[in-house]
Amino acid sequence: MTAAGAVLATPAGADERLPGAWRLGLSRGAMEVRLFFRMRDQVVFTFAFPIVFLFLFASIFHDRMAGTGATASQYYVASMTAAGIMSTSFQSLGVSIAVEREQKVLRRLRSTPMPPAAYFLGKIWLVLVTGLLETALLLAFGTVVYGVDLPSDVTGWLTFGWIFVLGITGCALLGIAISSVPRSARSATSVVVLPFLVLEFISGVYILVTTVPRWMLTVGSLFPLKWLCQGLRGVFLPSAAAAMEPAGSWEYGRIALVLGAWCVGGLVLCLLTFRWRGRDE
Amino acid sequence: MTEHAVRVRGLRKRYGAVAAVDGVDLDIRRGEVFGILGPNGAGKSTTVGILLGHRGRDGGEVAVLGEDPARAGRGWQARIGVVWQDESAAEEMTVAEIVRHFAGYYPRPRDPGEVIALVGLQERAGVRAKHLSGGQRRRLDVALGVIGRPELLLLDEPTTGFDPVARRQFWSLIRALAAEGTTIVLTTHYLEEAEELADRLAVISAGRVRAVGEPATLGGRAQAPARVRWTNADGSSGEIVTATPTAEVAALAARFGGEVPGLRVSRPTLEDVYLRLIGHAGAAGEAGEVAR
Repeated sequence: MTAAGAVLATPAGADERLPGAWRLGLSRGAMEVRLFFRMRDQVVFTFAFPIVFLFLFASIFHDRMAGTGATASQYYVASMTAAGIMSTSFQSLGVSIAVEREQKVLRRLRSTPMPPAAYFLGKIWLVLVTGLLETALLLAFGTVVYGVDLPSDVTGWLTFGWIFVLGITGCALLGIAISSVPRSARSATSVVVLPFLVLEFISGVYILVTTVPRWMLTVGSLFPLKWLCQGLRGVFLPSAAAAMEPAGSWEYGRIALVLGAWCVGGLVLCLLTFRWRGRDE
Repeated sequence: MTEHAVRVRGLRKRYGAVAAVDGVDLDIRRGEVFGILGPNGAGKSTTVGILLGHRGRDGGEVAVLGEDPARAGRGWQARIGVVWQDESAAEEMTVAEIVRHFAGYYPRPRDPGEVIALVGLQERAGVRAKHLSGGQRRRLDVALGVIGRPELLLLDEPTTGFDPVARRQFWSLIRALAAEGTTIVLTTHYLEEAEELADRLAVISAGRVRAVGEPATLGGRAQAPARVRWTNADGSSGEIVTATPTAEVAALAARFGGEVPGLRVSRPTLEDVYLRLIGHAGAAGEAGEVAR
């Protein structure tokens, strides 16, 4: 053990005082959050978008869902919260990193001794903060206007906690990965929004899971959004509503498995495919 | 410590059918200001990209500060600074915030306040990057390039688009950095800039090094015949092209019995040499005929 430690320590000798990825990730996260809140229009639209959609859907569809003890409006509070989490992570990162790549922000970072992991960590801190704010806004709106019951015990909040962290991390890593696909910052919005919209339709965000064709839901269940929606329904809807689910239960175990797999797989995807330069540089 | 900051042998890089870099050799000594001069598309930026480890290469050997950029790690990266001509990092951050943040990436950074003063931005330290002028923006980029106390600073056409005043300010900044012992490698297509700043120059065209030397002697400039011009008593002008201008001037002085009216002795300018060197490249394969 000692020998192996010494061998590992020797080549790092010269790099000894290089700041570590975790500390730099925190420093990048702090800067990312500050930058985010300085772009006022971006702040307003990022937060307003899911609330506007929640208002539209929950107002148009508000009937009681038979045998569930919940209204369609309450279903949409859970759905839109999941979609809001994915939009602040997947969509925001997919577009903003493509822009940073085009504006040569990434090239500058690549020319410093900053480890790539610090950059990814900074992005995850950013989406944890913005995603939590987004969620708080949607839940506040949902409880006041549509009478959603927030969990009354610690277990309920703990369940919400792990679903939120696994869901947003997986979506953030997928967003970082997809940012390498668009050829330019101008095409980034289309490249990122199309798959997101499709996922929203086949994961039971806009359309009730009982209405989405089974094969579509099966395709959707390969991605994190379907499980994020399902988990949040489990947290915020009455337990009788589990009857709507394809499995007839909330399937927390499977949710943890799929979201956890996306966190690991997303990280591997980022490390393998992330581009620091534009395609034509 | 190796004697050379940069050592390149037989460097090659192709993009499809085009050889962007076609067998380049370079030796850049520690502590010197080295200019890489060449027309657009000559392979300057590709070479810089390879020296930084941002681009791969198809052949040849490269050692930058003793390491191969394709395999070097973070410790090596911390010893190198770079400034580009097109950058727009962190528009919403202030100058002081950006410089302080980047200082955090390095093991032994310079003091951020000192660096901001060095690049002459102390008056603008609290201003967001998006409100800086073009010249100020580039000086911020230099601040980011030197904040880590680099041993080697690469500047890729740093003054493109500058007005003459901004360019001169930038030159004095580079001289100040060179005086501190930083090795500086500068690509440019401005001859005046190369002549002002560089201890030595390489002229690159079509992916090859055409000549290397001090600006005053590049391409045989010092040995080239001089042109002696004067004004005769009747107002007509006289001119001799000669290898011995001093003797000619002495003979003229004797003839005029003192001051020679309108006397001028000139050697080929760097521009003359440069155009000959890159013109030669254009006509490569046609037995050295000069392309027009």
